[in-house]
Amino acid sequence: MTKIKTADAVKNCRGVGCPMNMVYTKVELAKLQSGQVLELILDDGPPINNVPGSVIKEGHKILEQRQLADGAWLVLVEKG
Amino acid sequence: MIDFTSEQLERYSRHILLQDVGVEGQAKLLGAKVLIVGAGGLGAPAALYLAAAGIGTIGIVDSDTVEISNLQRQVVHFTKDIDMPKVESAKEKMLAINPGIEVKTYQECLNADNIRAIIRDYDFVVDGTDNFPTKFLVNDACVMDNIPFSHGGILRFDGQTMTVVPGKSACYRCFFRKPPPPDAVPTCSQAGVLGAIAGMLGTIQAAEALKYVTEVGELLTDTLLSFNAKTMNFRKVTLQKQKNCPICGENPTVTELIDEEQALTCNLRQY
Repeated sequence: MTKIKTADAVKNCRGVGCPMNMVYTKVELAKLQSGQVLELILDDGPPINNVPGSVIKEGHKILEQRQLADGAWLVLVEKG
Repeated sequence: MIDFTSEQLERYSRHILLQDVGVEGQAKLLGAKVLIVGAGGLGAPAALYLAAAGIGTIGIVDSDTVEISNLQRQVVHFTKDIDMPKVESAKEKMLAINPGIEVKTYQECLNADNIRAIIRDYDFVVDGTDNFPTKFLVNDACVMDNIPFSHGGILRFDGQTMTVVPGKSACYRCFFRKPPPPDAVPTCSQAGVLGAIAGMLGTIQAAEALKYVTEVGELLTDTLLSFNAKTMNFRKVTLQKQKNCPICGENPTVTELIDEEQALTCNLRQY
């Protein structure tokens, strides 16, 4: 699959539990303009099960979500 | 935008997580200046919650010292603080909760001569005063200087509050034209108050201050909220700005601040 957009910012939330991972995600998104993309790394389990949904509820878009070799997840978020 | 430290992000995480508040809203709170008039029953919870919320600059006005009879409801003061100036006692607790804010103390009585110089540095005023003359003084000064404020009052089992945005919404004098006559003010035997209602009302006032600063939701403007703790009935009465209001109407008759007579039959204090 060709990535249409590359990330404008990266936030590694490995080892960061809920809800602080969402807090860091909001901080990073606040720095971006609408349409820019944040690359987010989230742990497997509650983080990947919760954060993308919360991000969508706040009006942003999930462009891509895939599991990495270490079990963590890479999520591309486009700011709404 | 403010660069938050990781400690601030943790401290304010439950605000930042709110979609309506977020990073931007918390930055507004840290940049805001709120004045609390009265470090008593209403001012105590307001002081604690506004400090906890990270209001960057909080002023607190009170001329009194802590008395043992205050401790039943004025939760910012502790038994060890008896005889200490209330503003110092309150400041100590506020900074203990949140060392990242600035607390300015004014150990004085507000009067027609000093109020405007004090309130003009603030974005919002929480009126937690215990007497009618000062409530009118706060209203009049805030209307003249265009500073939004929260009115609050409690007695026995009842509380009432309204938020005033001068020029836009009804002010206290739109409905309560002047302080009540002395015989309408309760005597000592009628002046009890259920301690927890100070927390109920002062906390509503703190929430109004936070809403005003973050521009979230609808304020209690043009609305008098009252409750009775015996029945736990809450009631909202819709108000309208009055054209003939003596201070915010079309032809104001109150054009300068005056110190109203304290219409009390005994020394009712510390609400």
